Order: sequence, then C-alpha cells, then structure tokens
Amino acid sequence: MIHSLFLVNASGDIFLEKHWKSVVSRSVCDYFFEAQERATEPENVPPVIPTPHHYLISVLRHRIYFVAVIQSEVPPLFVIEFLHRVVDTFQDYFGVCTEAAIKDNVVVVYELLEEMLDNGFPLATESNILKELIKPPTILRTMVNTITGSTNVGEQLPTGQLSVVPWRRTGVKYTNNEAYFDVVEEIDAIIDKSGSTITAEIQGVIDACVKLTGMPDLTLSFMNPRLLDDVSFHPCVRFKRWEAERILSFIPPDGNFRLLSYHVSSQNLVAIPVYVKHNITFREGSSQGRFDLTLGPKQTMGKAVESVLVSSQLPRGVLNANLNPSQGTYTFDPVTKLLSWDVGKINPQKLPSLKGTMSLQAGASKPDENPTINIQFKIQQMAISGLKVNRLDMYGEKYKPFKGIKYMTKAGKFQRCVWIAGSDRYYTNRASLIIVTS
Amino acid sequence: MQEWANQLCENRQFGSKMTDSKYFTTTKKGEIFELKAELNSDKKEKKKEAVKKVIASMTVGKDVSALFPDVVNCMQTDNLELKKLVYLYLMNYAKSQPDMAIMAVNTFVKDCEDPNPLIRALAVRTMGCIRVDKITEYLCEPLRKCLKDEDPYVRKTAAVCVAKLHDINAQLVEDQGFLDTLKDLISDSNPMVVANAVAALSEIAESHPNSNLLDLNPQTINKLLTALNECTEWGQIFILDCLANYTPRDDRESQSICERVTPRLSHANSAVVLSAVKVLMKFMEMLPKDLDYYGTLLKKLAPPLVTLLSAEPELQYVALRNINLIVQRRPEILKHEMKVFFVKYNDPIYVKLEKLDIMIRLASQANIAQVLAELKEYATEVDVDFVRKAVRAIGRCAIKVEQSAERCVSTLLDLIQTKVNYVVQEAIVVIKDIFRKYPNKYESVIATLCENLDSLDEPEARAAMIWIVGEYAERIDNADELLESFLEGFHDESTQVQLQLLTAIVKLFLKKPTETQELVQQVLSLATQDSDNPDLRDRGYIYWRLLSTDPVAAKEVVLAEKPLISEETDLIEPTLLEELICHIGTLASVYHKPPSAFVEGSRGVQHKRLPGSAGSGESVESPDTGSAAGVSDAPPAVIPSQGDLLGDLLNLDLAPPATTTGPPPPTSSGMQMGAMDLLGGGLDSLMGDESEPPPIPLRTDTPQSPQLPHQSPSPPDYSPTELGGDLGGSPAMGAGFGAPPAAMPASFNAPVSGGLDDLFDLGGGVGMPSGAYSPPKSIWLPAMKAKGLEISGTFARRAGVVQMEMTLTNKAMSVMTDFAIQFNRNSFGLAPAGPLQVLTPVSPNQSIEVALPLNTVGPVMKMEPLNNLQVAVKNNIDVFYFSCQYPISMLFVEDGKMERQVFLATWKDIPNDNESQFQIKDCHLSSDAASSKLQGSNIFTIAKRTVDGQDMLYQSTKLTNGIWVLAELRVQAGNPNYTVSLKCRAPEVAQCVFQSYEAVLKN
Repeated sequence: MIHSLFLVNASGDIFLEKHWKSVVSRSVCDYFFEAQERATEPENVPPVIPTPHHYLISVLRHRIYFVAVIQSEVPPLFVIEFLHRVVDTFQDYFGVCTEAAIKDNVVVVYELLEEMLDNGFPLATESNILKELIKPPTILRTMVNTITGSTNVGEQLPTGQLSVVPWRRTGVKYTNNEAYFDVVEEIDAIIDKSGSTITAEIQGVIDACVKLTGMPDLTLSFMNPRLLDDVSFHPCVRFKRWEAERILSFIPPDGNFRLLSYHVSSQNLVAIPVYVKHNITFREGSSQGRFDLTLGPKQTMGKAVESVLVSSQLPRGVLNANLNPSQGTYTFDPVTKLLSWDVGKINPQKLPSLKGTMSLQAGASKPDENPTINIQFKIQQMAISGLKVNRLDMYGEKYKPFKGIKYMTKAGKFQRCVWIAGSDRYYTNRASLIIVTS
Repeated sequence: MQEWANQLCENRQFGSKMTDSKYFTTTKKGEIFELKAELNSDKKEKKKEAVKKVIASMTVGKDVSALFPDVVNCMQTDNLELKKLVYLYLMNYAKSQPDMAIMAVNTFVKDCEDPNPLIRALAVRTMGCIRVDKITEYLCEPLRKCLKDEDPYVRKTAAVCVAKLHDINAQLVEDQGFLDTLKDLISDSNPMVVANAVAALSEIAESHPNSNLLDLNPQTINKLLTALNECTEWGQIFILDCLANYTPRDDRESQSICERVTPRLSHANSAVVLSAVKVLMKFMEMLPKDLDYYGTLLKKLAPPLVTLLSAEPELQYVALRNINLIVQRRPEILKHEMKVFFVKYNDPIYVKLEKLDIMIRLASQANIAQVLAELKEYATEVDVDFVRKAVRAIGRCAIKVEQSAERCVSTLLDLIQTKVNYVVQEAIVVIKDIFRKYPNKYESVIATLCENLDSLDEPEARAAMIWIVGEYAERIDNADELLESFLEGFHDESTQVQLQLLTAIVKLFLKKPTETQELVQQVLSLATQDSDNPDLRDRGYIYWRLLSTDPVAAKEVVLAEKPLISEETDLIEPTLLEELICHIGTLASVYHKPPSAFVEGSRGVQHKRLPGSAGSGESVESPDTGSAAGVSDAPPAVIPSQGDLLGDLLNLDLAPPATTTGPPPPTSSGMQMGAMDLLGGGLDSLMGDESEPPPIPLRTDTPQSPQLPHQSPSPPDYSPTELGGDLGGSPAMGAGFGAPPAAMPASFNAPVSGGLDDLFDLGGGVGMPSGAYSPPKSIWLPAMKAKGLEISGTFARRAGVVQMEMTLTNKAMSVMTDFAIQFNRNSFGLAPAGPLQVLTPVSPNQSIEVALPLNTVGPVMKMEPLNNLQVAVKNNIDVFYFSCQYPISMLFVEDGKMERQVFLATWKDIPNDNESQFQIKDCHLSSDAASSKLQGSNIFTIAKRTVDGQDMLYQSTKLTNGIWVLAELRVQAGNPNYTVSLKCRAPEVAQCVFQSYEAVLKN
C-alpha cells in the first residue's frame, strides 16, 4: 500500500513529506527528479517510475507533483485515484491547492493525510466525513479558536462513516432547501483538412449542489436516457434501478458532488457547433506568408457561441505576424510563436475573421512544420448531445425544495487539419477546440 | 454554481498571521530551546501552538527528535487535537527513541479503554504505527480487545493494525492467534470491516505465499460479494482483487460471480473499474463461448474501458497499458473503438506512445485507411520519440495488413522526401522489414533510399541500409562503391553495422564475384585480423572458410531463402499474457512483466493462470484446492519435456509410476523416445519444440547475430516456426506452475521411522525423479558435548518437502525422553513444520531415526555462511545447541523450470556484475547425464546447445523464497572440468548453489 507521500513544487523542491509506515529517505525522489529532467514538458513526467526498492507513482496537479512511494505490488490506479482525491480534498478545504495554501495550513494538511490513510489503507476519503473530523479553516473559526482555545478537530465519531450511506452525514439542516444540477458537456473532435469529422465524442458530467435538510431520497429522470449507454456513477446512485428503469435514484451527499459522468461515443452522430475556414500560405522564395481565418457557428439551435478563444502554434520560421481581427484582440509571441486570438462572441450576421501577413526569416526556406489551431468556446443553455432532464422528485422529506437545472457545452479537444497552399506538398495541422454548454 | 463554490474560497482570505506558515518562520539557532520552553509551558494554548510548530518542522524534514520527552509530556490531555498532534509526532520519532517511547504506552493502553470509539480507534491505530518492539508487546492485549470491539469503526481500524503488527513482528502475530481473528472478521456484519480484513489479509499473504491465509470457498465468496455492494470504493478494490484469486468450480458459478461484479464497471473510481475488469476477464475464460451471456459480457466491457481514456492522463496511462494486454487477449472487445485511441495533440508523450501501440494492434483491413491517415499526421509532429514511433508504426501496418502495404510504402517514401533526418532513418529501418515480408515487390524504391545514404548516422539505420544494399546487390549498379564507402571507417562503426557490412559484402561477392574480389578480401581481413570482437571474428572466419573451401555451399548458406518475418514481433508470449491478465491493474500489468521478474526479492510470488474454459475437459488446478499428491507437481505431460523423459527412463526400474492419482505419465512414449536417444538419434532433433533450432551457420544471413544469452544484447529475431514451437510447448509447462510445492499434504511425510524411509523413496518418485541428492549423515552433535546424546543427521527433499533426518543415539546411562527441537532464525526461514516425533523413550545405547518435516515460513535472518542453521534440542536432561549446514539444493523447488523466453529475458536483465563462475573438477558425466542428475535435484535444463564440441546447458532453479538462479553449464567432451556460470538477482546465494552443483554432480 502507499508508503509515503512527497509534494514537489515546479522548481523541484520537496516541500512536504508524510510517511504512513517507516520513514523513507527523501533521496528516493532523486529518481523522480531525474525523470523530471528528462521530460521536455512538466506534464510529460511518466506517472510510474521504478527505483531499485520502491516505485514512485505521481500525479501533476496545480503545478505540484504528488509523489507516492510504494514498496509492494499495489494497483497503480488505486494510488493515482487516491492522490487525485487528496488534491480534491485540499482544494475543498483551502479553496485552492497551491504550495502557499498547503504551507499555510500545514497542520491541517497533516491531520487530513493522517485521517485519509492508515498504514497505507484509505480510511476516510469522503469530504463529508472528513469535514466532521477536521473542520475546514475559516476566518471565524481561526479567530474563535485563538481566543477560546477550542479545537479544529471533531470529538465525535462521524455518523456517516459506518452507515449504509457513508457519503452523507445525519442531522443536516438548511433554512433554504435547494438542489441544483449542472449538465456540462465537452466535445472532443478531430476534423480533417476538408472539414469532415474524423472523430467526435462528447464527455458529459452532471455536477450537483444539493443543500437539503434531513435524509432526502431523490429521483432524476431523463427525456432521452438512451443516450447514456456509457456512464460512471457516484456511489450513491442505485445501480439496479438504473438498469431496470433508467432512472437515477439516490440519497445525495451534502453539498457539491459529481452525480455522474457519461460518454457519448463516436458511433452516435455528434453535431459540431462551429466551423473554421482558413487559408495559410507561404510562397517559395518570398519572406511573406498569408494568414486568413474565419469562424462561424453551425448547428447551435439558435444559442450564441461565446468566449471563443483561438490559439495557434505557428511554424518556427515565422518572425512576426501582422494581422487584422474583425473583432476581439490578438497577440503573437515571437519567442514561442504562439498566436492567440480572443474572439468573444460569434455574431452569425458578421462572422469574425483574422487576416493579414506573416513575415519569415529572409532567405529561409518555407517552413515545413504544421501550425496548430486550438479553439475554445462555450454555449450556454444547450447540451450538444441533446440530453434533457425530465423531472426531479424528492421522497422521504416533507418540505418543498427549490430545484434548478442548467446546461452548458464547451469545446474539449477539437482538432482541425489545415491546408497550407502554395507549396508542392501539403501540410496538415491539428487544432484543438472546446465546446461547453450550460 | 460558481457562486456556491466561492463561499468556500472566501475561507482562505484570512490574514497570513492566522495561518500555519508562521510555524516556519523561526529558524534561528535557539529554536529548539525556545520550543522546549513553550512545550513545557503551563498554558494549554501555548503548548498546542508549540506542538504545531514542531509538526511543521517535521513536515519539511527537519530533525526535531530532540524534543521527544517534552512532546510526549503533552500527550495526557483531553484535547483531541493536541492528542492527535502528539500522536503524529510519536509515529515519526518513536523509532529513534525507543526507551522514551515506553513512556507513552500507559496513555495508549488507557485510551484503548476510552468510552469514545474515536479515541479507542485512534489509540490502537497509532500504537500500531510505532515500530518499536517494546511497544508492540504492549499492543497485543488492547488489539485483541479492539478486534472484538462492539463498534465497527474500532474493529475495522484494528483489522488494519494486525497488518501493521505483522509487518513489524510476524511471529508475534501468529503466536497470538491474530490471523484467525482476522479471518473471522471476513464474516463480520459490517461491510467496511470485511473490506479492511480482506485488505489486511491480502497484505499479510503477500509475504507468506504458501500460508493459505485467504481460504476462498463458495461461502466466503458469497460474503465478499455481499460486502462488495455496500463498502467504500477502496474496500471494493480490495475485495475485487481478492475475488480475482478465486477459481470458480464451474461455469455457472463463474457466471453468477460475473453478474454480481458487472455493476462495478459503472463506478466513478477507475481503480474499481479496472479491478472489476480483471475479475471479468479471468472468469470469462470459464464461460462457454456460445453462451448468450458471454456475448453480453464482451459488449459490456468496451464502454468502461473507453471511459477510462477520458480521465486524467496518469490514469489514462495505466489504463492504456492494461488495454494493451486486453486487446492482445481479446481483440474483439475493442475492435470497433479504434477512434478513441487517436492521439490528441495535447496528450502527454507517455499517453501518445501507448495509444500508438494499441492503434497498431487494432489495425485491420477495415480501418487501415483511417489509421494510416492518422499515422501520417503524427509523423509530422514535433516530439522526436513520438515521430519515430509513428514511422515505425506505418511499417508495422504494412506488415500486418497486406492490402495496405503499398500505401504504407508510398507514405514512407513521402516521409523520406521531407529529409528530416530521424524520419528518414526510421523509415529506412522499417522498409527493410517490409522487404523481408514482401520480397521482390517494392524494390523499385531502393534508388530513393540510396540517395539518403549520407545522412544516416544511427547504427540501426546504417545496418538496415547496408542489409538492403547487400540483399539486392544484383540490382544496384554501384553496390560495390556504396559498400566500399562504408568500409573506410570500418573500425569506428558499431558492431551491428560491422556485422552487417561483412555479410553484405560477402553477398555482393557471391553475386558479382568478378569485380569484388578485392573488396571481400579487405573486409575479411578487417573482420578477422583487426577486430577484437569475437562475434565479428567468428563470422569472418566462417565466411572465409566457406568461401575458400566450397563456394557453392557458401552460396547456399549465405544466400539461402529467409523465412518471412512474423506479423507482430512484439506480441507478448501467451503464457506470460495469461499470467498478466490475472494481474490486470497491478504494477506487473504496467510493466508487462510477471511479478516474479521485477519485484525485487519478493517472497514466493505465485504464478497465476487463467482458468481453463468450460468443456475443454481439463481439470482446473487452483492453487487453493491443493494437489492431492506429489503427482500433480509434474506438468500434465501433453508434450513431455526432455528432462522428464530422461528422468523416466532412468527411473523406470527404480520407481514404477504409481497410478493412484492423476493422469499416468506417458511411460510408453517415454520409453520409445528415450530408446531412440540411446540409438543416437538425439532427443533434440526429435523434439523440435523444446530444443534450439539447428545451430549457427544457417542463421548467419538474418540481420541479427546468432543468439547466445551471454553474448548478444539485441532482441532475438525469432522466426515464425521457432516461435510457434515454443508456444506450443509452453502451456503444458505453465500448468505445472499452478500447484505450489508446499501444498503437499502433511500426511504424506508423517513420521516415518527408519526402514520405511526407503520404501517411501520408491513411492515418492512418482511425479519427479527420485534422485534428489541428499548428503550422507554426519555427526552434528557429539555425545561428549551433550551429556550422552549424539545426533547425526542430514537433509533431504522428499516429495517436495524439506526433511531433516536425524539419528538420535543415547550414549548415556539413563533413559532419554521429552525431545523437542527449535531453530534459530536463518537465511531461508526454515522452521520445523511440526513437533519432533520421538514417541518412545530412548533407552541407553539405543538409536532412533527421526524425520522432521520442515517448512520455510519461519522468521528470516541472514546467516554466515548463508546455509548455516542453528538448532536447539531439548530432552529431559538439558538443552543442547549445535549448528549445521544444509545443502541449498534442499530448497530448490519443483516448479523451478523457467520458460525459455523468460529465461532469455531474465538472463539479459540481470546485470553482469551478478554473474559468478566456478569450476567443477574431475567430473566424468556426459552432459545429458549431468542434466538428468541435476534435474533430480530440481535444477532444470531449459535448453542445450552444442558449439565446437562443447555442450552448453542453460538451466534454471528456484529457491523456496522465490529467488531464481540461472546457470550456464559448459561441458567439453573429454574434459573432466566443467564450468558453471551463475546469474542471480541475489548474488550471495551463488556460492552455495555452486556447492550444490558440485555435490549433486559428484554423487
């Protein structure tokens, strides 16, 4: 099981260590640093690193590496899932998960880690339970504790810990009872240079914020549950009921949680809500290149495409770009060759475009690399898969809660191949575009 | 949603003075003294702040152990936070201050009685984390109580504590009977307790391979399945991993377990999903393929695997490594999901490379167009490693899907046109393979390749290009010029290139003898006279001799038709794949190596196998059902291995095969084949699937050098036939691994007195040759030193059990009774498996024979010499001590035969520093006789090869603690001196193993 944990910051310093069994010298992290040095990008450090006596399993989040040391055969996914859970918990407790936040709350961090893992076995990882054991720091509590000398640590055994619903504590009380659900979908797509879709898939999640008194039992039904053939549920969802009736029936945790995530695969038809027209050319023997990019909406059911952001990695040979956006602003970084264009909202009547010239190194041959184009956007009030909630009912409690459901579509990883004309060979590029509906 | 989240964020907006960072600010010299004063302050608040400062220093690795007594003084408090903080400190530093730690014991014991279950659990949990022997003694009583506590929270904490205690002192846990209590907890009413009990037992079982701790039967399985639905996600992982070790009795049980596990596929925790996949993949083997449910299950497996790919990149990586295995075992599951493996531009590199691998595995005629289009995109990306792999992938597509070969070749040519150096080199390497797969089809591209000759600077690409030039020398006008240009810097080239150049020029000479005589002489003299590389010299001499004696033969040899290369050279060998499928989700699955191969010094990792499919008629051997007798230790001999046959032949008159249990060994065929061997036919040639292919000369024209484990580090270029042969042979071997040696029933070696021993010898040799070497008895304890008790004895391995055989002689004047025996800790954990059976008193001048069965699960301590054993014998007179040395061959287990592939890989994998060489003098056995003699002592010959009249035997053996020893035994006909080279990850055993070799061979 998990032996030790080291937290390493972006500059390669270990700023926290915790051991659940015997102490492992921090020199074990040297193997990690070696791998870190070899990796070209921070995110390219391999997640599992063998050393003569240990294995190092790491995740990178918020520019902090969480490096777990294990000594015996342990499912690596178990370790990785746990590390992500640790990060989520820190974020939940401190609002952000940064080196500063962790150092500011080092004692709470230590108490949390001790509570989450015992001898390498997970003990309490549900945030509800943890919050009863160790109260999150707030200004008020810190003040009060300083004055009265009372404590952050719960004195009683959390009620939920051993019940059939370990994710919910008993005795929850609210004056305003409310339940909100956000349906958020991301599109990942690869589109080839002729504009036809190679793959497109939708990753969707339903995030919930439930603040209900007592022990409410909720059911959520969909207009078109057939879309959901590949789903992962929060443990609270009764699987049998879903199998039989395609209804989500559950006693919710208190507060924020992810009710389910789903995947609509490429087998189903996925509508792509935006299109890109582009014309990027370099002429042989000229130190100038032309750049022309136009965006337009497509299949958005009348909803506006917002927060559009286009970025592109131009070839290394490009010295500068002199472009003219029809709306929004653009920047070009001559060092990283990154072009980014903050478009804003797409007006279907007047399509946004970015046109102009690129200057190349004099005398250099035509660039032979492929620029990359990423597009990000959001569409409110629409789930691109067409998923719709039918109704939400509550049983087990008498009051009437306030209920709300939002939809959003975002671009996930959207890739577009680009044709660079004017050369005897063609080059293709890939781009990434993200679609969000809410 | 954002607004709601913000409420939490506000919480951190308090001033920095309020935060814990202040604890880091005091770093002056007097810090420790300051803290000391604060810790001893009367004010509670000050104390707590001081402990927090201490903890803060600890987290950043500062040594604050000097404050130990002061911190421990703060422990007796009713403030839970302060108590927890002190506990945190204790866990870290108790080890360095064991005497001081005792001060804390009373408080712990008191807390274990606290009315608040939280405090009871906290106390027992913390106590278990303090790794100090003195404290663990005090832990036993509170722990026993907590294991039976009324509150499940305390019970579940206590269950984990047993695992902790076992880690510190295994003997104590066994003596105190905690293991049984832990087993009882599997039936606990609370699912969380069950899950923790399973987790604790699994961890303990890892260090006790043969202890049968997790006794899985349909009842316990049912309990686990019930708990599975109700426990936490982590508990589900433990339970699923445990379930995967079970072997269902029949396909119906298998189906019902699958049905109950399938809902886990929809769990949000990916580790749960993958563990469930493992259980399903394993149990699916038992379902008949025509069953509707089988098809349903296959369909259900795809979506969760795809979903894993939308998780965080680290999770994706592990998932992809496992999908790689699943795709090889059951390609049908994901055959329609090619697109999800398309690389996204912002995937981390390690994810990209894995996706690429799986794309190739899934490539088929139906989707090859898409795949090629993608690969072509990848070949123009920035990351060099990725681009290289993409180019290689194009070549693999061409070889795998014949219809696409032409498109692949033209794509590769396009890529060569880019003139990007590493792309060109990679492309040339794969084009060489395409030529070999489709001879005489694409040679028109050679001209284009030749244009790029100058830009090649990597040995592999140069070697590939030279091979092409040599192979097609007759179609390349200026082949001689091209090759000559390489010859100039011959000595600066790598061996790979040199060998290739030598072969290519000889080929050229055979094709165009008139113009190239000078060239060939030049290269032969470079290779034979100026080179210190033995491979190169040998090959040079062979060619020289061939060319000078019989040019026609030379032509037949060098220009012989080559076998086509196999489609997928990197497929995992099936037995290994089966084992890895049983380990889905583990580190083994990430590294694609069996756990035994990479878990350093791990004790007795068991080889797991997939259960046989229903209806195949083969009985399924589960590790738990145990084998009824020694018989099942022998592989159910579908294809009898060479060693077995020899053994059978030699043993025929000694040990007639008993037919009481198990399938009768194939005696008749053994006789026949063995007889043929005597006639000089040679088993090797008869049994092509177990022996090496005909030796070197025929193989010299393949682009790789001949494979000898000790010579060449490059991967073997196995031809299809050879590979096929191996695979055919291996399942039978693998089946033998299923039954652990220690599953031998104890009754088999129940106390036997003198004469019966010999009888047993005959009966015992059923499954294995009975010739296990046992040294003659020697006097261990002279009567002078032991008040008249004389003990002489020896060690023997009989029917898979180590026995200590002793003669106790009473040379005193009075009767001796009440014998007992005990061992000190020793290197291999040898311990008596039962009490010393001396049932009758020994009267003066009487001798009595005793056989004491031993096991190897006792406490371990390294001894000097390694095989030293210190023994204490007690009788009614006194206690006596003596030490003796046991031959290490007693510890060679019956399943120590390695797969050939694994042997090769392991041999290379073990660093050369670990190799040791020994000479055995004056041994007059032939290599075959030596081999069978060694096999009798569980040293197994895996392959034999004859070079220059010298026989090389490649052998493996495995010790009871899972250490593998690999050996190469060289026997020169007519030379009584043998050479043994031993390679082992634990080199300290080499000396002992060598002694055993010598002892076995000379007796």
